[in-house]
Amino acid sequence: MTALPLDLQILNALAALLLLVSFAMLSQRRIVTLVSLLALQGALLCAATLLLAWRTGENHLYLSAALTLALKVIFLPWLLYRLIRRLGVYWDTEPLLNISGTMLVGLLIVVFAFGLAQPIAALASTAMRSAIGIAVAVVLLAFLTMITRRKAMSQVVGFLSMENGLFFGAMSATYGMPMIVELGVALDVLVAMLVLGVFFFQIREQFDSLDLHHLEALKEED
Amino acid sequence: MNAVTALEWFTQVLEVITALAAAPLLFGWVNQCRAWLQNRSAPSLLQPYRSIRKLFHKDAVLATNASPLFRIAPYVIFGTMAAAAAVIPSVGTHLPFTPVADGIALVGLLATARVFQALAAMDVGTAFGTLGARREMMIGFLAEPALLMVIFVASLLSASTALPAIAEQLASQAVGIYPSLAFTAVAFTMVLLAENARIPVDNPATHLELTMIHEAMLLEYSARHLALLEWAATLKLFNYTCIGFALFAPWGTAHSETPQALLAALPIFGLKLLVAGGGIALVETLSAKLRVFRAPEFLATAFLFAVLGLLVRLLLGA
Repeated sequence: MTALPLDLQILNALAALLLLVSFAMLSQRRIVTLVSLLALQGALLCAATLLLAWRTGENHLYLSAALTLALKVIFLPWLLYRLIRRLGVYWDTEPLLNISGTMLVGLLIVVFAFGLAQPIAALASTAMRSAIGIAVAVVLLAFLTMITRRKAMSQVVGFLSMENGLFFGAMSATYGMPMIVELGVALDVLVAMLVLGVFFFQIREQFDSLDLHHLEALKEED
Repeated sequence: MNAVTALEWFTQVLEVITALAAAPLLFGWVNQCRAWLQNRSAPSLLQPYRSIRKLFHKDAVLATNASPLFRIAPYVIFGTMAAAAAVIPSVGTHLPFTPVADGIALVGLLATARVFQALAAMDVGTAFGTLGARREMMIGFLAEPALLMVIFVASLLSASTALPAIAEQLASQAVGIYPSLAFTAVAFTMVLLAENARIPVDNPATHLELTMIHEAMLLEYSARHLALLEWAATLKLFNYTCIGFALFAPWGTAHSETPQALLAALPIFGLKLLVAGGGIALVETLSAKLRVFRAPEFLATAFLFAVLGLLVRLLLGA
């Protein structure tokens, strides 16, 4: 067996850990831990970006890494922690599907994602093309997290984790998106987060709970 | 040729004798570490030997409605565990017995022991025995696929399902970061804890009726039968630890059957056992016992880790 260069090995390990964190988020009941996992995912992403920037010498990746660190590791988790404290939502209710069932569905999704990414990976020429499958899997697992959760807070965490997956996908397929797009997405996420924070308070005001289940009854009775 | 075969047989016999003799010692060592970590005064390292000897000297009492199966079961279970010990490479990898059973057959061997244990527990018809047997089967059917997946990942890396070949291949491959092996190692540790009635799933030190699994199945046994079953339980822990070594820490095992190589391998093996025993005690001390109905979740996580290892191996080749 020929050994890969060390930096590529570390990149692969980081990719595998990203996938693991996605599964941990899928199985987590406590919202506080969910946010910590999101921060951890951001940190892994930041480390991977830094390593890739060093390996390829693409300078704009350093900027992406700094952006990831500032936004996804520090600012957004801090904002979420604050929201959790102010709203007093520490636990999600039992997810729609039990945890073991969700994990098995998650495994099927990973297999699907790997199959989906195979042709894309064959076209890409980057060093990390095999990690595209993992990026797709992270996105789909974040989808699953959003689908199986009831509380608005966990759904937002799922949404942010999905953004992480997209970012990782862009990084492994083409060494990152153009800077302008990346800045735009970062700004979008930031604004979305701030707006959603206001929404949380509105939803709670209206229904005395953050359970999105209540929103389904919003349509007019006839 | 003949001389070599004789030496190989010697390795084989040495392995089985080491397993039979050292298994209670490993058990005692884990108990001792646990006691230290929990600030209790530790029982002697030789305590498992003493209790086994004491049990052998007692007269056996059998329930009046016990069938022959109840009496055969301890011998079958002990026999399967000893046979499993013969197949797993612990000190050396040149074993004449190993072509008989590869990793998958080994899982089957361990399952045989489980089936007999459960049947014997239900045989007398007490409530506790049945309860223990049912719980054991619940844990078993979840732990087995996880263990098989772990073995599959190692087989994928080394292109063989025979444990000695896996151990040799993994010991000789380039040093590097293998996320797949790391994931499967976590999965294997979880399976080891669940299968050996260790703390997150079962507490071996308790006779509290509502939580016990393994102890509940032994309640009807006494004297030599109980001694054999307890010895088999220590052997099971020893076997699992050795499977772990073969898959995740294959260094230092003798790859030839010369006496020098074996002599060099023995202390390393002892050292690995010391570390593993301490590690098991540490995990047990740090974790809390799960509710029985959380056990499937625990084992589903183990299965998940193993499958993730497999997928990561297939996709990243790492």
